[in-house]
Amino acid sequence: MMPHDHHDHLSPSGHPYRKDNDEPLTYWQCMEIAMRELLIEKGVTTATEIASQIDTMDARSPANGAAVVARSWVDPAFKARLLENASRASREMGFDIGTLRLIALENTEDIHNVVVCTLCSCYPRNLLGLPPDWYKTRAYRSRVVKEPRKVLAEFGLELPAETTVRVHDSTADMRYIVIPARPDGTENMTEEELAELVSRDSMIGTGIAKLPS
Amino acid sequence: MAERVRVKHMMPPGHVRAPAYLRGKTGFVERKLGAFGNPEQLAYGLPAEKIPLLRVRFSMAEVWGSDTEYPNDTLDAEIFAHWLEYPETHDAP
Repeated sequence: MMPHDHHDHLSPSGHPYRKDNDEPLTYWQCMEIAMRELLIEKGVTTATEIASQIDTMDARSPANGAAVVARSWVDPAFKARLLENASRASREMGFDIGTLRLIALENTEDIHNVVVCTLCSCYPRNLLGLPPDWYKTRAYRSRVVKEPRKVLAEFGLELPAETTVRVHDSTADMRYIVIPARPDGTENMTEEELAELVSRDSMIGTGIAKLPS
Repeated sequence: MAERVRVKHMMPPGHVRAPAYLRGKTGFVERKLGAFGNPEQLAYGLPAEKIPLLRVRFSMAEVWGSDTEYPNDTLDAEIFAHWLEYPETHDAP
């Protein structure tokens, strides 16, 4: 069972149930608080600066990646630049992605790409925001490298045997974004409308782009 | 002709970013990424030497055995050069 099947953990009102954090702090939580307080005390950073960094990270969302994908669908020259150097192409669109080293992986009729980080939870946060919880689970990380098609089927994606599945393990300094295939019947849509079809999962490779409604 | 490489079969202690499931496996260089600080030193706050980083592509058959369901599906991973050796062509799997 994949970890996103959480329907048995709903409260009576239908909201996801989450326990209060009454347990004592862990060793690393204590270390984080101590380090943060020391850095503030010594004037290296300020609480405002930390809060504003958190805001910046929270403001990043899959919509940024979706805009990049939609541009690549309508502009072949941009797509070529994106496949050549995805960091530079994302900056060209005005996204401040910091030091992110991004590689774009194009899905075609014959190839389906899917991304994982088996060692931890590497994810192109500077472009797509925070990863979904399931991306960080041992179940996803250990299974998608061994039986990717079974995992994709659990996400609702059944791939034909003729399609080659390429799994990309983010083991070091690169981060990855999948460029899903542009759906049929979208010839007359604008770039902004196309971006609406690009889901977060389609850029991880556990999904495909939505069909136009 | 793509360059064939094998991930060294060693189990050193410490922070290492060559995944255990790929050690001893042979693949080919998908692309070269340039040189990056060695995470085995960076993780401990030590001065880190820059080491070439390569994307290596393995077949599922190589990683999981030939009876894997889709042997031609692939796995790509970034491996630092000091973890790679260059097998002779005659010991190709």
